[in-house]
Amino acid sequence: MYDKEKIIPGLIVFVLIAVFPILYNRGNAGHIPNPEKPKAARECVRPVQDMRESHMQLLIDWRTDVIRDNGARYATAAGGTRYARSLQLGCMKCHDSKRKFCDECHNYAAVKPYCWDCHIEPKENM
Amino acid sequence: MKVLQSLLLVLALIVIALVVAVIPGGQTLIGKVLPYLAFAVFIGGFIAKVVGWSRSPVPFRIPTTAGQEESLPWIKPNRFDNPSTTFGVIVRMLLEVTMFRSLFRNTKAEIHDGPKLVYGSSKYLWLFALIFHYSFLTVVIRHLRLFLNPVPGFVQAISFADGFLQVGSPSVMISGLTLVLGVLLLLLRRMIRPQVRYISLVNDYFPLLLILSIAVSGILMRYFLRVDIVSVKQLIVGLATFHPVIPGQVGAIFFVHLFLVCCLMAYFPFSKLMHMGGVFLSPTRNMANNSRKVRHINPWNDPAIKPHSYADYEDEFREFMKEAEIPVEKE
Repeated sequence: MYDKEKIIPGLIVFVLIAVFPILYNRGNAGHIPNPEKPKAARECVRPVQDMRESHMQLLIDWRTDVIRDNGARYATAAGGTRYARSLQLGCMKCHDSKRKFCDECHNYAAVKPYCWDCHIEPKENM
Repeated sequence: MKVLQSLLLVLALIVIALVVAVIPGGQTLIGKVLPYLAFAVFIGGFIAKVVGWSRSPVPFRIPTTAGQEESLPWIKPNRFDNPSTTFGVIVRMLLEVTMFRSLFRNTKAEIHDGPKLVYGSSKYLWLFALIFHYSFLTVVIRHLRLFLNPVPGFVQAISFADGFLQVGSPSVMISGLTLVLGVLLLLLRRMIRPQVRYISLVNDYFPLLLILSIAVSGILMRYFLRVDIVSVKQLIVGLATFHPVIPGQVGAIFFVHLFLVCCLMAYFPFSKLMHMGGVFLSPTRNMANNSRKVRHINPWNDPAIKPHSYADYEDEFREFMKEAEIPVEKE
């Protein structure tokens, strides 16, 4: 093997970069998000799995429809619950804590939604 | 023809992933077993390849004289294009790795009326390669948010910058679009330019199409066939902490994406993609052009073989030389 003194450190650097996530986590999966579920409400506007996967698309569709196209402000869920198509008047009626609900998963997945660029963030005791 | 073969190969991989993702135990295979195997092949193969290269001796300095070599004091040398010091080599290497200067010097040959052969500059490959590689790098760094918990600031900063257009929800990531653009440009260059098309093989098209399929499956997953990102992160962090889990319901598109990434990792060390390691071992890039200052001895020379001067040679063969009427210096 020629140029050992350069190639071996180079390979070590490569391996360290490649296994960086393993070294960083040190075997600890960390905090698993556990968003607080509303106690009183019976049903959500969509099935749970749908909400987990695409609530952000639902919210942006509401925004476009209600704010820009003057769409309906209220709708009815499959089980008959009437709800406002609105983040703060709808969603946060039941999911009343941003910190205990929204932030749980958003922090975990490092998502920074720009909801609060326009909406006023609810003040919560930290 | 070759591009079709590559396309069929990639489509076959997608079909395999789709089938395996729905059969019982298939998700465990793709989600828990395959990533480890692919990663081991990637690391092991990468090291084996580099160690194999390092066994080949490089006898001479191989400068590519894209600049003036250092010679007389009143002739200005080009320190970075034709470096004679280690520092110069490091700068040349950095410029090569981060800015692809070799590709910037790419030329094209055309035959005009006459017939007259004309060489000209061709910057397309350089531009497409820059778009492609930097997009890929950004995409890889962004994906660290699914590997690391908590997510470090630099990953968040890059994700923020990448999504700063704030188009739609989830935000459109610029690097995702430019990655697809870069792959398509490189692919079209191969398919359209006759000279490049003539020398293109299946193993040129296949990695491009594989990366394209990975990018497209990722885009589909992010914007169209949504999956539960929290479950996905639990799965990936599980892999990175050696406690693999298949949590909740994760759509088949995720397993297709993961399967294709595993294929890329396992294929990597045996393909042209090894230029990632190989660029650092390019003799024309990593050697100082100091042949006139330093004596370089062939690494494979047998120390038992002593230098043989002409005088010694003549001593040994004088009789035969005289017989053949070859002039000798000493009678």
